[in-house]
Amino acid sequence: MIRLERRPEPSRAWTLATPFVAVALTMVAGGLLFALLGKDPIEAIRTIFWDPLFGDFASYSRPQLLVKAGPLILIAIGLSLGFRAGIWNIGAEGQYILGAIFAAATGLAFYPAESWLIFPAMTLAGALGGLLWAMIPALLRVRFGTNEVLVSLMLVYVAEALLASMALGLLRNPDGMGFPGSRNLAQYPSAANPELIVGTGMHWGVVLALVAVIVGQVVMTRHQLGFRVRLAGQSPRAAVFGGVNPSWLVVVCMGLSGALAGLAGMFEVAGPAGRLGIDFNVGYGFTAIIVAFLGRLNPIGILLAGLLMALTYIGGELAQLQMNLPLAAIQMFQGMLLFFLLAIDVLTNFSFRFGRRAVA
Amino acid sequence: MSTPLLQLSGLTKAYPGVVANADVSFDIAKGEVHALLGENGAGKSTLVKTIYGLVQPDAGTMRLDGAPFAPAEPRAARASGVAMVFQHFSLFDAMSVAENVALGMENPPALNRLAAQIREVSQSYGLPLDPDRIVGDLSAGERQRVEIIRCLLQEPRLLIMDEPTSVLTPQEVAILFETLRKLREEGVSILYISHKLEEIRTICDSATILRHGKVVGKCDPKTTAARDMAEQMVGATLSTPSRAGGRTGDVVLELAGLSAPAPRAFGTALHAIDLELRAGEVLGIGGVAGNGQDELAMALSGEMHVAPGMIRFKGREIGREGVTARRRMGLLCAPEERMGHAAAPDMSLTENALLTAGPREDLVRHGFLRWGRARGFAERVIERFDVRTPGPGTAARALSGGNLQKFVIGREILQRPEVLVVNQPTWGVDAAAAATIRQALLDLAEAGAALIVISQDLDELMEISDRFAALNAGRLSAPRPMAGLGIDEIGMMLGGAHDMAPAQVEG
Repeated sequence: MIRLERRPEPSRAWTLATPFVAVALTMVAGGLLFALLGKDPIEAIRTIFWDPLFGDFASYSRPQLLVKAGPLILIAIGLSLGFRAGIWNIGAEGQYILGAIFAAATGLAFYPAESWLIFPAMTLAGALGGLLWAMIPALLRVRFGTNEVLVSLMLVYVAEALLASMALGLLRNPDGMGFPGSRNLAQYPSAANPELIVGTGMHWGVVLALVAVIVGQVVMTRHQLGFRVRLAGQSPRAAVFGGVNPSWLVVVCMGLSGALAGLAGMFEVAGPAGRLGIDFNVGYGFTAIIVAFLGRLNPIGILLAGLLMALTYIGGELAQLQMNLPLAAIQMFQGMLLFFLLAIDVLTNFSFRFGRRAVA
Repeated sequence: MSTPLLQLSGLTKAYPGVVANADVSFDIAKGEVHALLGENGAGKSTLVKTIYGLVQPDAGTMRLDGAPFAPAEPRAARASGVAMVFQHFSLFDAMSVAENVALGMENPPALNRLAAQIREVSQSYGLPLDPDRIVGDLSAGERQRVEIIRCLLQEPRLLIMDEPTSVLTPQEVAILFETLRKLREEGVSILYISHKLEEIRTICDSATILRHGKVVGKCDPKTTAARDMAEQMVGATLSTPSRAGGRTGDVVLELAGLSAPAPRAFGTALHAIDLELRAGEVLGIGGVAGNGQDELAMALSGEMHVAPGMIRFKGREIGREGVTARRRMGLLCAPEERMGHAAAPDMSLTENALLTAGPREDLVRHGFLRWGRARGFAERVIERFDVRTPGPGTAARALSGGNLQKFVIGREILQRPEVLVVNQPTWGVDAAAAATIRQALLDLAEAGAALIVISQDLDELMEISDRFAALNAGRLSAPRPMAGLGIDEIGMMLGGAHDMAPAQVEG
């Protein structure tokens, strides 16, 4: 008989080992899944994890790694703050869209004027857009006790509708011959978020994501805000006794995660995406939730998890193209990662006991 | 009276690292009230769980009425006529008394039949209880009656009671004792676990004393002095906490008409509490749990806000000030619940030092944490209050209750408070640690701080308070000097509006 026994203290070793074990188990279970689909599992795993970096088309796919990891990391850092405090912003996707809309609208308002002030103004607008969208679930929770999971998630669909209306109406390219979508910001020098070093995929958003990792790490380990966030997440009553105002914390965490998601949207619309179309958002806001947990809600962990997740995205696309794997199988593969992570996580706080009950 | 009801011989139970029971043997006669005495960790609860079938012994045997008795689970123990009233009640607040009783029975009858049975048992044993009331509205004493009646409906031969009086007023204790005497007359045996030696001398016929899992003595409590029993429990001579004088200074804390609605469902509203607290005095606040103790402590700590003028600290209105602002002024608080309120269980002691000591010990500068200073402060608390732990990096949940209590009280005392509010400072703490904590509180008052000690333990309040007041249904009685206050008067102060009619025992 196998029993679970609560550890007196959380195990540090398992806290660190969990993501690696989860990745390994995902490879095994994913390989099994691919084998059942009639594909060579070894080749599929290699296509997903190895080929994007070192395969035949690596010179094309390698820059994509940072392009995809940047927004994931930026959003996940913001989310991790709230998640640690028990504040569940599930609507980063919507805040990402709003950031892009605000930023694009700001940039396009100046078109075709040229000024170095335009790009910073768009950055601020992007952060503001995400922040304001996140304030809706935050203030509803603080004022009326609504559930922020539900409200923030539902607002994603409102944001998508808003995006469609913008792409088809207010922000549509007047020279676009009626096609939906805005002007291409990447071709508007004052508003563009260009690749900073050719062939790396590095743009301003990636730079900011790295800064966010460092600032996030400092805040979590050395600053009072990080301490309050952890306290509120672990023992809400002790947090109040320790002087934390729960409403204040909800507003701060939701606001910060919204602003970072908005910034990710801004850098995306001005750079890799270029224009605001109806299909602008591709799920970064949702995937960032997996990234945040895979990274143990720890900034350095999120950096690594973001890169890994980006890799499975690019590798997944390759596998679809080269091996004809269905998209659903790739998505399931990515979902397994979170599933195994949460399952193995039990071992941080519990240990297995084998054998009979009465061990004297 | 030939064969004893329950014979224990050579019961032994070891857990990794600790022997909870070592070769425990004693008998419980039919129709006797048998006391089981011992400090926390002496092995009382393991022994009782063995009898109730929750724990299987490693060695030793039990005989019930002469026949071998080895219950594999509580259901088997109940079927043999063993019932138990736990210290912590397992009742559902939102359900009625009858529904709660039904939930604890194997084959409950229809609710209206059960309600009739509850009324009948409650009448014949002098335990006033209405089966249709909602448990959330009951006092602690009434909740305990629900548990007792649930046991009595099974017509037990042996009733185990774990610390039954810890939540009762003296009058409720009197009602309970009448019930126990009636049960004894009917031939029911009672195994009675308590710290309170005077009670044991009143109600029990014989006593077994445990220390470190072994039987260290048996005595007749009616003829043995309480102090002798206490010293057998502890295995050492006891020193009573003491302080030199009773000099008091200026008024430091004033409550004027402090009222507040209940902060949550089944909480208690506070009604027009008036109080003046002077430097250097210890005010004891007694009362049964659930009469507004937590709410009063939260209003004083700043976790609950009230109108500004309701609380004055050295003349300044602070009713709306937050927790941190009050700490900075010197008004500190130690809540009752250690895990999850006074301390965060998964955090280290260093982090738990940061929880409250930030403002006064200069552990935070420009928003950044000073980990070195925080660790130093945690180490000082650990050393000064003899907290048994490997070090300040240990998680709070790894500490025993008594050690964590020493830490959370010590953490506030070392911050040199001007006013310290403590709620249940020695709840669930063994006698030696309790003495340390009480002495530290008295030393603090001696050094000029004003203390409010909220406790359900009347002996503790009588020992350390200068003045005494009672909380009842959110109202505070006028404080009276502790010296010269008799137990009867205290009982009247505590009783207030509860149905404290003397026990009406039939026949």
